[in-house]
Amino acid sequence: MFRFRLDGSSGVPPYLQLVHQVRQSLLLGYLQEGDRLPTVKDVAADLVINPNTVVKAYRQLEHEGLAGGRPGQGTFITASSAPVPPEAQENLRASLEAWLRAAEEAGMSDDAVTALIAAARYDMRKERV
Amino acid sequence: MAEHDAGSSVPALRTERLGRRYGKAWGLRDCTLEVPDGAVAALVGPNGAGKTTLLEMIIGLLAPTEGDVSVFGETSRADTAQSLARVGYVAQDHPLYRDFSVADMFHLGRAMNPSWDQKLATARMDALDIPLNRKVRRLSGGQKAQISLTMALAKRAPLLVLDEPVSSLDPVARLEFMRDVMALAADNALTFLISSHVVSELERFCDWLIVLAHGRVQLAGPADDLLAAHRLLTVPRATQDTELPGLIIHRSDSDRHSTALVRTDPVRLAVQGQAGWQADPVSFEQLVMGYLQRPATAATTGDPAPAAQRPGPSTKAVTP
Repeated sequence: MFRFRLDGSSGVPPYLQLVHQVRQSLLLGYLQEGDRLPTVKDVAADLVINPNTVVKAYRQLEHEGLAGGRPGQGTFITASSAPVPPEAQENLRASLEAWLRAAEEAGMSDDAVTALIAAARYDMRKERV
Repeated sequence: MAEHDAGSSVPALRTERLGRRYGKAWGLRDCTLEVPDGAVAALVGPNGAGKTTLLEMIIGLLAPTEGDVSVFGETSRADTAQSLARVGYVAQDHPLYRDFSVADMFHLGRAMNPSWDQKLATARMDALDIPLNRKVRRLSGGQKAQISLTMALAKRAPLLVLDEPVSSLDPVARLEFMRDVMALAADNALTFLISSHVVSELERFCDWLIVLAHGRVQLAGPADDLLAAHRLLTVPRATQDTELPGLIIHRSDSDRHSTALVRTDPVRLAVQGQAGWQADPVSFEQLVMGYLQRPATAATTGDPAPAAQRPGPSTKAVTP
């Protein structure tokens, strides 16, 4: 069964954190079409959060077409995503780790790395337009 | 469980112009608010803000000097059996008889409450591994809190009022207690009103927020909407209050710039905002602290209808 987590210090509203985790897990292949999400009560008790927060997150997922409720059975993943194949993902991760190590050796801070990635991405998008 | 759907459902709790005077001083005044069925509402305020006065009027221990309290549409009168039966109360520090066993406490609860659910009470003790013959004085703080909660639950009251329920507990017992409350909120469509000092912990537990200060309601409504209706603005020091887009809740100045918590909306912000201003979303704690730090003068004359202009179908307006 899928398990959510909560980052109290992120500043992202709890319900959005839940939504992000489902989206991300779909992309990474941890969640697949037909998987059942834990019940509202289980998530509320597990994370010690307000159950209405979970309801709100599940509604948002339904709204986005990623999940759907089946009466009496629970909430299920309805979207099929085309996750990156595990092999390609491992390769990408390996090269990213190598790059991150190089950045660290060059004395870059975490913030500088994040900023550099954001800047590179921004430039790539601009080129495409 | 119910997310507070709009529609005809009666609010779990409503107070209208509720006030209580102690001699010449008002402990609470002009308190109008609503908590929808199924909500977990946080009641926040400094000592002396009127929290206990409000809670005691809600549970029927204290008669209002003016105004009304109604629980699920029925007006509460102090010291009547019907009023007391509709509200479960978990008092601060969990007052229990030290020399009683858990079974004795339940016996007492049964004698005092016509709708007492003994099965629920014993089943919870089973689940929590608390033996019924254990004397109260031998229970841990967390276990005492659980007995108090169980006694309130076994009354089968649809509204539960918890006064600082976890302030005396260690962090683990605190988490376990709130885990239970969250599971109950999910299961039973119960409505909770929880008073607390620990602002940072409340965000994850509560979907409804009530801030009291100086004997007045400062802020009340769905937590998400209240957060969305405020911004933290960083502006040049020279900026006049009147230039800021919206109601200023709290402002602090440094040499060159000022930070202001402002109640505003995106449109107003876009129209009145100026280049170089920074507008950030507020956190739950910033919002609450901003209102708690408001001077008494602003607090009594300020924003009279903070909760009345709420967007969205999932919310209800408080009629001022």
